[in-house]
Amino acid sequence: MRLRTLQIILWTAAILGTAIFAWARWPAGNPAATETFSVFEPSFALADSDGKIRTNAEFRGKFLLVFFGFTNCPDVCPTTLAEVAQVMDNLGPEADKVQPIFISVDPERDRRLGLRAYTEAFHASILGLAGTEAETRAAAQSFKIFYGRQNDAKSPDGYTMSHSSGLFLVGPDGAWLRQFGFGTPAADILSDLQSRF
Amino acid sequence: MKHLILTTALLLSAPAAFACEAVTVGDLTIQHAWSKATIGADRPAAFYVGITNSGSSDDALVGISTPAAGMSMLHETVVTDGVASMPHAMRVPVPAGQTVQLAPGGYHGMLMVLTAALKEGDRFPVTLTFEKAGEVTTDVDVLPLRSEGPDCADAGQ
Ligand SMILES: [Cu+2]
Repeated sequence: MRLRTLQIILWTAAILGTAIFAWARWPAGNPAATETFSVFEPSFALADSDGKIRTNAEFRGKFLLVFFGFTNCPDVCPTTLAEVAQVMDNLGPEADKVQPIFISVDPERDRRLGLRAYTEAFHASILGLAGTEAETRAAAQSFKIFYGRQNDAKSPDGYTMSHSSGLFLVGPDGAWLRQFGFGTPAADILSDLQSRF
Repeated sequence: MKHLILTTALLLSAPAAFACEAVTVGDLTIQHAWSKATIGADRPAAFYVGITNSGSSDDALVGISTPAAGMSMLHETVVTDGVASMPHAMRVPVPAGQTVQLAPGGYHGMLMVLTAALKEGDRFPVTLTFEKAGEVTTDVDVLPLRSEGPDCADAGQ
């Protein structure tokens, strides 16, 4: 009888643990992704700072850490890119398993202001991409993320951008894995990545 | 636990700042004023600071200005359903007996049309205007891009 009680407790703990694990991996704060959660492969075809088109296909075999932002963003974007830089440093020799990518949601202005100088200021490994409006729209849709432009007379050039602030993880097989919400400490991102190698 | 990790990360990553001294105006103490280095002068910078109200009446930060930027205003980063935006903040409340942080991911001073790039190690003055206490000027330390705040022994992060 004692043994049976113990078994029940252990099974309950195991089921609960699995449920918590599943819940933690569930995409949060992204209604579109939550509704249709299933295996999906985000895709993009966007120019890098040399004007060369880069696609998701060329990164097969690597984990992708993808962030959508704009270089005129002084608060959210530097905070996240600094975390990414810290993660890349702390990965040490395993850094070559991960490709961090910054996709501009303000591509025209970012190309003019200089995309490479921006990403390199954080970490040399970060690849900056800035496509056309249509290409950017398509990339955002495939990641199921949102961005928009707000006209604002008091902002530089008369507008500012809002954008999904998560950091998205794509697996070596190209499948979307999870997002890290804004403000996730670099240490948490690092340990998540290391648990997948 | 998450907060412990974050705090540890802050302590470990915060570089030594040389200006941890406070300035006061009325019942307000202004401390830990910093900005991240900028990449060139063509993009806006963010200004962060801690404000402690040791008095018994509420006050509010209603404006900032600096010779380092052509236009300065208060913003608040808001993340709604995973989407970040940064609307203008008309005022940042500084309630009696409380400390308010302008910090990454929350309230910040938005410094636009910079007169020059902010370089690590630079200092520049910012004047804060409060609803009741009036104006006060503090020096701002420019910290590295990866910094999450100044490393003060008494840091009220
Ligand atoms: Cu702002």
